[in-house]
Amino acid sequence: MLDVLQINPADNVCVANRPLPAGTRVTCGATGFILEQPVPLGAKLALTNLKSGDQVIKFGVPIGTLISDAPPGTYIHTHNLRSDYLKTYARGDLI
Amino acid sequence: MTIPLTGYLRSDGRKGIRNITVVAYLVECAHHVAREIVYPYRESGAHLIGFPGCFPNAYAHRMMEALCTHPNVGAVLLVSLGCESFARRKLEQTITESGRPAATLVIQKDGGTRSTIEKGRAWVEQQTQTLAQAERVPMALDELVVGTICGGSDATSGMTANPAIGVAFDRLSDAGAACIFEETGELIGCEHLLAERCVDDGLAREVVTSVEKARVYYDVLGHGSFASGNAEGQLTTQEEKSVGAYIKSGTRPINGLIKPADVPPTGGVYLLDVVPDGEVRYGFPNIVDNAEIAELIACGSHVILFATGRGSVVGSAIAPVIKVCGNPQTYERLADDMDINAGAVMTGDATVADVGDALYDQTIAVAGGAPSRSEDLGHQEFILTYKQFEPIGPACLPVI
Repeated sequence: MLDVLQINPADNVCVANRPLPAGTRVTCGATGFILEQPVPLGAKLALTNLKSGDQVIKFGVPIGTLISDAPPGTYIHTHNLRSDYLKTYARGDLI
Repeated sequence: MTIPLTGYLRSDGRKGIRNITVVAYLVECAHHVAREIVYPYRESGAHLIGFPGCFPNAYAHRMMEALCTHPNVGAVLLVSLGCESFARRKLEQTITESGRPAATLVIQKDGGTRSTIEKGRAWVEQQTQTLAQAERVPMALDELVVGTICGGSDATSGMTANPAIGVAFDRLSDAGAACIFEETGELIGCEHLLAERCVDDGLAREVVTSVEKARVYYDVLGHGSFASGNAEGQLTTQEEKSVGAYIKSGTRPINGLIKPADVPPTGGVYLLDVVPDGEVRYGFPNIVDNAEIAELIACGSHVILFATGRGSVVGSAIAPVIKVCGNPQTYERLADDMDINAGAVMTGDATVADVGDALYDQTIAVAGGAPSRSEDLGHQEFILTYKQFEPIGPACLPVI
């Protein structure tokens, strides 16, 4: 099976199909990169040279805006992506 | 299309796929007594539901009426403390008028805890025996109502379990079944996708307005439908979770927008608006998945298709819940709780279409009487809290 999947051709991220160790050489369409850190199943990884302020596209639709640059292979999650609608809380944030 | 399904015919023409004796407490103070009444009969078709509040609420009353006259319900015992505000006589009258056996025990009049439990158990024993003898009549697929929800979502839910439910929804709605998806707050970011699928412009406007209502409501509360477990499962934003959740509604036209306890007037796809109307009051509107499952059931859902990634184990009172597990790691840990392994899509062992077809078959099997996993394990979760709703507008339902 493939390591990653680009769900929609319009997406600028791919998704890890299984936990991937650091150093994994990932190929997705025309993009290739080496993972700098281990990522869990379901992790989003940048496919293009994304900049702070760019929208991340997954399932073919925007899922939020980047707050830092994300070159190909960058792990994208709550540390660098913000909702365009509602704040995301982590466990313990409101206690 | 006629398939070899059978059901219990009710006086309103609807048919049930189960024949349950409901025991309903009408205030938290009657919860223990009601639970004790049910306990010996929990595996013989007695289910516990109830409303905990002491003060009256129109939504809760309407929900209780809809649930007590649900097609899967054959008889109802109401358990009241006595001094709470719930309109117990009106509820009993509604149930009796539906042709179902109904009785009310009032703890303050029936001799307290021990005596009320004894009387309740005697009534339930008789009803469960009678209902077990009831005859089933042929039932067509276009008489079936199916609800869907996702809970404990992670990044796999939108890639495997929800798309598989979408496939099953397409097949079920093509066969004439009514298919209900819900949680407008989990559709924030998908307004344009929803609007394009609505059967007319009036409905499209109502749907977009309902999602905007959810966004404003959650903004005021400072919290939406996004739990920390979602982020641990690699979902980052509400709109990312939304698109994944939206996919389980399939691809067919959206026929209407309903609110809790509204029954779809035709087959096809319906959106259930679960976010209250008016100013924000009573606290969180959808505190947990079972609050929404109860609403889907109040809309007449016979069976619920539940997508999970993190691994929810809940079932429900009144209607069986079928678990579709999207995450192969979760499936490995919780296989006994899951009906369908959609994680096989992630591991390359099945396609979304394969899993959707298996789910369609499982839905028919459960409707035909086979227990779902959560049902077999005895799950009968139920929760009902305070809300307020305005009736739906004229553009919300199809012209029949």
